[in-house]
Amino acid sequence: MGRYRGYLYAFLAHVGFVLVWHFAVVWSGVPKFIMPTPLDALRELFEPHYNWGTHIWVTTLEVFGGFTLAAVVGVAMAVLFVWLPGANAALMPLLVTLNMVPKVAMAPLFVIWLGFGIVPNMIIAFTICFFPIVLTTYRGLVEVEPELINLVKSVRANRWQIFTKIQLPGSLPYLFSGMKVAAVLAVAGAIVGEFIASDRGLGNFLLIQQNMLNTGAMVMALILITLIGTALYGVVLALEWVFVTRKEVAK
Amino acid sequence: MTAPFIRIENLRKVFRVSGRELVAVQDVTLDIRQGELVSLVGPSGCGKSTVLSILAGLLSADGGTVEIGNAENPFTPGRDIGMVFQKALLLKWRTILDNVMLPAEILGLPRRETRERARDLLQMVGLGDFAEAYPQQLSGGMQQRAAIARALVHDPKLILMDEPFGALDALTREKMNLELLRIWRESRKTILFVTHGIQEAVFLGSQVAVMTAGPARMADQFHIELPEPRHLDVKTTEAFGAYARRIYGLLGLS
Repeated sequence: MGRYRGYLYAFLAHVGFVLVWHFAVVWSGVPKFIMPTPLDALRELFEPHYNWGTHIWVTTLEVFGGFTLAAVVGVAMAVLFVWLPGANAALMPLLVTLNMVPKVAMAPLFVIWLGFGIVPNMIIAFTICFFPIVLTTYRGLVEVEPELINLVKSVRANRWQIFTKIQLPGSLPYLFSGMKVAAVLAVAGAIVGEFIASDRGLGNFLLIQQNMLNTGAMVMALILITLIGTALYGVVLALEWVFVTRKEVAK
Repeated sequence: MTAPFIRIENLRKVFRVSGRELVAVQDVTLDIRQGELVSLVGPSGCGKSTVLSILAGLLSADGGTVEIGNAENPFTPGRDIGMVFQKALLLKWRTILDNVMLPAEILGLPRRETRERARDLLQMVGLGDFAEAYPQQLSGGMQQRAAIARALVHDPKLILMDEPFGALDALTREKMNLELLRIWRESRKTILFVTHGIQEAVFLGSQVAVMTAGPARMADQFHIELPEPRHLDVKTTEAFGAYARRIYGLLGLS
């Protein structure tokens, strides 16, 4: 199948989903406050007093901020673990244990520690999504052909050269698969944070509208959250294309 | 007569695996002249690769001596070694040209001249049109040619090859044998070629060293006197057969 035909199919599937949603609601006669149609939801976007712009901005900041922090800290940690096997032996199991702690359940504690606002939510997003990045990047960094190491050592490559010329570029495909998982988690993390402690953001907005049974606005908020996540995922895919796929699928 | 380029005498290497001593190499003695292509043949686990690793300076010997270089051809460790393995080990995010450049990059050789040289080498191994291609676009044989060019890029005096054609299909392997002989004649490098292919060892080598396993030791070494340059039909001659039979005998296969 050609690439463009693939895009077309993907697009049609999305359109089809929206159409099914629309007609399912219309034909079943479900009341609007239970399930709005896509058009009902879209109409909410033009209510000026909802301050969509602010909410979108805040949530986007939290998602992208938390994710970027996770990417930076995650890669740094993976590098540290590779360079210091002792740190790896001690800290990796600890990290696995800490990762088992449900971060969602920790969110109320974060509120006590960090207070309200964008930064605490960023940090909640960060804690949820940084672990897969550490794990996959570490794996990518250590997964090097031993013979390749021998080959470069035969011309006396130092540790830094092995790291920059072989390990780091070799770990990129792993890093990106970790980042794709993390992108999904970052959105969840930011929204959980907003649920618990925020006066702004789409998650906070969602809760406020729930009190008024304003399902249309809730669904619209959900759509916008999804779009933010999709945008982040798109950025990751684009970077992956530039740094990895472009070279590996070269025709 | 000039001194040999490589003198290996009573080489011994022992690995300690969970408290037990495992003799990997014992009593290997071998002289290699400058510009010679020597086949090191033997079964798996006979220590051939260990000998290569010691020559490459990746392992230290536990006994005996290894001397590389002579008055006319001084040898600089870490500078004068090129290696080729069974896997091409090309970095898939680099173009073929950039892959070939890797050892020169590590050694910090001047970039522009190296690039020139890498292009010439790609020409020599028949990959002139593939400099900007990525490894995945090349067949196994072509990837191995690139690996050979990479081993030559920093102009080392000694090329160590560890079963470089072991993963190729039989026909490609024959072709690569011919290519290697041509490259060897053009570059005049000293090559140590590890293989478990007896035919390959005789066809390529100006000298063959035979190693046996358990305990890993050197069984014999002898020069191969066959008409040069060698063509594939030499394999059907009586002289070739006699050399092959001799190795089969040494390995207990006849």
